[in-house]
Amino acid sequence: MEMKTKVEADGGKQEIRITREFDLPVELLFKAYEEPEILEKWMGTKVLKLENKDHGAYRFETSDAGGNVVFSANGVIHEFKPNQRIIRTFEMENTPFPVQLEFLEFEKLSENTSRLYILMIFKSGAYRDQLLKMPFASGINMAHNRLQEIAGKLKNN
Amino acid sequence: MNLRRDVFQAIADPTRRAILLLVAAQSMTAGAIAANFNTARPTVSKHLHILTECELVKPEQNGREIYYHLNPTRMKEIAEFIEPFRKMWDDRFNKLESIMKNYKPKK
Repeated sequence: MEMKTKVEADGGKQEIRITREFDLPVELLFKAYEEPEILEKWMGTKVLKLENKDHGAYRFETSDAGGNVVFSANGVIHEFKPNQRIIRTFEMENTPFPVQLEFLEFEKLSENTSRLYILMIFKSGAYRDQLLKMPFASGINMAHNRLQEIAGKLKNN
Repeated sequence: MNLRRDVFQAIADPTRRAILLLVAAQSMTAGAIAANFNTARPTVSKHLHILTECELVKPEQNGREIYYHLNPTRMKEIAEFIEPFRKMWDDRFNKLESIMKNYKPKK
């Protein structure tokens, strides 16, 4: 079975590589990263700050149904090149995880298709494995699910 | 933890990945596996040794020959290690794609 999103985490390395092809023009793919309202929808988190420029910064926050913050993260945007590249740091707040470095490469494949390649670099291989294993993935997914519940309720009202 | 890391080191090597693919199809002797590579026989033996140590393949005596076969349980453990993380991004990107397919630029 062909998996649309490919994740590679080689042994002994301290990086994760994510590759995904989209049935979208590269401009629309990039816009999903650029516009806070759109980013909020697919990342399932609130965007508190998003300065799309070199030396800009961003901050995300996710709350549960009761309004308690369950996840927050921030970073500095090192380079912002529309439809081509974002280089940024990413750090989860109130966790023992150190900051990580992310290279996002947006590539035009055809008029209507594009590819996103993300390279995440961690402080150590052990931290990477830890992140892959649990708290991050499940933590965000839980927050994500809660948010979907809320959105579902809002729709029904 | 150490064993885990070793497993990932084991599958990081392209020759070892190729060996895993070979024995996934059918159990093979070291000689039959080596015949698929240009590298020297001792090199293939070394790779098989690492794969055996990590329990990715299991040697089994069959008459005078030793056949290597894949340990599916171990392979599954590796896939599952990354799978939740992959699934999370896959879900997000699917959502991104469907949102942007319906995107209408603001005027």
